[in-house]
Amino acid sequence: MDQALSLNLPKLTSRRILWNEIVSDVLVRFFALIPLSALAFIMYMIVRKGAGTITWHFLTQMPLNGMTEGGIFPCIFGTLAITLMMILMALPLGVAAAIYLTEFSGHGMFFRVIRAAVNNLAGVPSIVFGLFGVGFFILFVGRNLDHVLKTGMLFGQPCMLWAAATLAVLVLPVIIVSTEEALNAVPQSQRSASLALGATKWQTIWNVVLPQARGGILTGAILSISRGAGETAPILFTGCAYFLPRLPVVHLFGVIPIVNPFDQFMELSYHIFIMATQSLDAVKTLPIQYGTTLVLISLTFLLNLTAIVFRIHFRKKMGTVSI
Amino acid sequence: MLIAEENQGTREKIKMGTRTLAGGVLVDREDVTLNPVKIFSQELDMFYGSVQALHGITMEIKERAVTALIGPSGCGKSTFLRTLNRMNDTIPGARIKGSVKIDGIDIYEPGVNVAVLRRMVGMVFQKQNPFPKSIFDNVAYGPRLHGITDKAVLENIVEESLKKSAIWEEVKDRLDTSAMQLSGGQQQRLCIARVLAVDPEIILMDEPASALDPLSTAKIEELIRQLRKNYTIVIVTHNMQQAARVSDYTAYFYMGSMVEFGETRKIFTNPVKKETEDYITGRFG
Amino acid sequence: MDHKLFKKDVRFGEWLIQKLLLVAGISSMLIIALIFVFLFKEAVRFFGTANPLDLIGKWTYDDWEGHYVFKMMWQSISEVPKYSLLPLICGSFLVAFPATIISGVLGIGCAIYLSELAPPRVREILKPTLELLAGIPSVVIGFVMLAFIATFAQNIFHTKFRLNAFVGSLGVALAVLPIMITIAEDAMRAVPKELRDASYALGATKWQTVWGTVVPAAVSGISAAIILGFGRALGETMIVLMATGNAALVTGNIFSSVRTMTANIAAELGSVAQGSEHYYALFLVGAVLFTFTFGLNLVSELVLNKMRQKLRM
Repeated sequence: MDQALSLNLPKLTSRRILWNEIVSDVLVRFFALIPLSALAFIMYMIVRKGAGTITWHFLTQMPLNGMTEGGIFPCIFGTLAITLMMILMALPLGVAAAIYLTEFSGHGMFFRVIRAAVNNLAGVPSIVFGLFGVGFFILFVGRNLDHVLKTGMLFGQPCMLWAAATLAVLVLPVIIVSTEEALNAVPQSQRSASLALGATKWQTIWNVVLPQARGGILTGAILSISRGAGETAPILFTGCAYFLPRLPVVHLFGVIPIVNPFDQFMELSYHIFIMATQSLDAVKTLPIQYGTTLVLISLTFLLNLTAIVFRIHFRKKMGTVSI
Repeated sequence: MLIAEENQGTREKIKMGTRTLAGGVLVDREDVTLNPVKIFSQELDMFYGSVQALHGITMEIKERAVTALIGPSGCGKSTFLRTLNRMNDTIPGARIKGSVKIDGIDIYEPGVNVAVLRRMVGMVFQKQNPFPKSIFDNVAYGPRLHGITDKAVLENIVEESLKKSAIWEEVKDRLDTSAMQLSGGQQQRLCIARVLAVDPEIILMDEPASALDPLSTAKIEELIRQLRKNYTIVIVTHNMQQAARVSDYTAYFYMGSMVEFGETRKIFTNPVKKETEDYITGRFG
Repeated sequence: MDHKLFKKDVRFGEWLIQKLLLVAGISSMLIIALIFVFLFKEAVRFFGTANPLDLIGKWTYDDWEGHYVFKMMWQSISEVPKYSLLPLICGSFLVAFPATIISGVLGIGCAIYLSELAPPRVREILKPTLELLAGIPSVVIGFVMLAFIATFAQNIFHTKFRLNAFVGSLGVALAVLPIMITIAEDAMRAVPKELRDASYALGATKWQTVWGTVVPAAVSGISAAIILGFGRALGETMIVLMATGNAALVTGNIFSSVRTMTANIAAELGSVAQGSEHYYALFLVGAVLFTFTFGLNLVSELVLNKMRQKLRM
């Protein structure tokens, strides 16, 4: 009986070396270094190899000689244009949908299912969206529009409009989810206070909820812009061009230059992909590949950094809100 | 008790009163029993989905008096309070049976403008909830909602409201700073000012001092006694002494029913029901 | 209280805004529903011309052998087109499995470090680093694999193909690592401090507490992270398109060149005629992929929800 109860405890002052502890400690610390060093490695390699290519000329000129020389200006232009077009389509729709879902729809079974579907859609492979873009936007909507409006082959072909629409569908769930999170982070007591003062639901949302959720919504928007700017798979077949000797610009009334949504376009990430895998002389164009990658990664890096700084600032501000 | 004695010197109308069953002091004040009835709830049932939260509450609340609702947690006192300005409307699945009449008008009648109702029946919440805006904008929020845009008028309203809620002296030099920088007690008085700014007739208070320190609590109680002259006040509290200190009438709620209702002095010295006595004396449960 | 109580204020603007929000909500739902419906509608039409058995293999006359052979191949452009999903599924799993194992081990290690060991200052650096890593476009990771890692790996392992499933899975592991760490770390941080204190109070050491208390308590969150990571790995497109070599083979060799479902769609969608059997076959691959990833996401979310409910109690 006594024996069963006696624990074999070391002395209080014992300095047994706990090898398990040390091994675990070292291993876990080493693992934690890996993402850090992977990021550092990627950035270092691309900056080292790409920095030499980046010149004013490279950023502002058209490609030359079968894209083995010259600049990547059309790619930068295309990326900015399509990202802008995407966010103009997705942001208002996504934010409005999120406001509806959080503030108006209630918590019935139907909306729980909708929410789960939205959440899950953020994890659906981007190539599936590309498939959807080709099949639905170009072949179904586009061809039928052409048929009805008798516009020949205006809508029914890959172009910036459909590529932007495909990307918009891709980032829509991301925007909805991040906006919902931002709205839900506003305490219920704030809504009650406003309603109790005789405000209507919309007055409460506009004057109290949205000002406090603004930071979170904006962070989500920046992140989805970054996501959209870096995606390749959805636009592979919905509007990207291997090479285009002109910018996708049309002159409205013959004078005002605007982005032509019915033209194809060149794009940074697609340019990297195509130059790295299908270029006529992949070795000769390596500097262009590195340079393009550096431009793309700088763009997304800056966007993500902005989002992070923004969020930290926003959290600090909210920190004082929750007393 | 200490606080009541402290206040006793400053308030001329309050004299030393009877000792209550809950301990503490019951104070005498001007008689309100002849005041007209402001709120009349009749056979009021309240349901959350299939759960009944209130059972046939019939109660007359007097104008320009303080009515305290007491009872254990989950007894329905807060639920009842929230039926008086229809804040329960915001909860999905909530519905009522019976009626609540304010000045003889059934506030659940179809056609009632809930926004106007809530403006006339102000509410102060358990946890102070100022908006993350400036002190000025917090108080001006309500008037602006109701269409007042003139700067001078707004300034006037803000100053009046802050004075009525006894916080003007503390904040008059920093109306543009964020309300979040105020202390908890100041925030709660700001919330009261925010309610006063929309010129209500009734003020509902849901445990307004439960998150505050004793000193801030004393200030809020003092404020309630001041406001009583011009407003009808219904206050939910779990603090027996507080109910005794500030209220003219007390209702004891238990399990969604009103067990006893009457003048505070009677309830606290000589309750009719055994349950009420047990609760007040702390023998409850 | 007066008759103002019955005054109806007309707020046309507000009414309009509410309707607009409703429309936005509904159209978002419709778009989402449309993806499901459209994908599966087109996929089902594959069976209008083809036999379901074709998805496994096809009896084809082989000129070499001189008799009919059951061929499990994806050969969309051929005299007798073959649409066996086996080599594609095989390729997808051959990339996604190793990627999940690699990023799982690393990710859980990182998550433990972040939630149990890291001082706040280090956390403040590491967390944004993870976000930046997550923000790297997959085409860039694919490019890095193609340009630097592939040759490097070939020199080490002396593989036949420079681009193979292993190189692809390294890139994919890097791509899914951030989200796995984030979810696993959230799960561990959600373990109440009382549990750790109880373990320490019984005389457990730091790592006895981690392995014996924190990790078991967070195990559902960690498995959710792994499931979700696996789903993401299956769905990764650009990295595998650039780094796995794209040969549609049924193989178990991780150093072999493979073609995944995602890469297959990306490689063939450009040259397909609308309404052809091939076109519907690609949608079928898309639908299968969608079902896999959606299912995995759903399972992961259910597991997470369950954990949240448990920890709240």
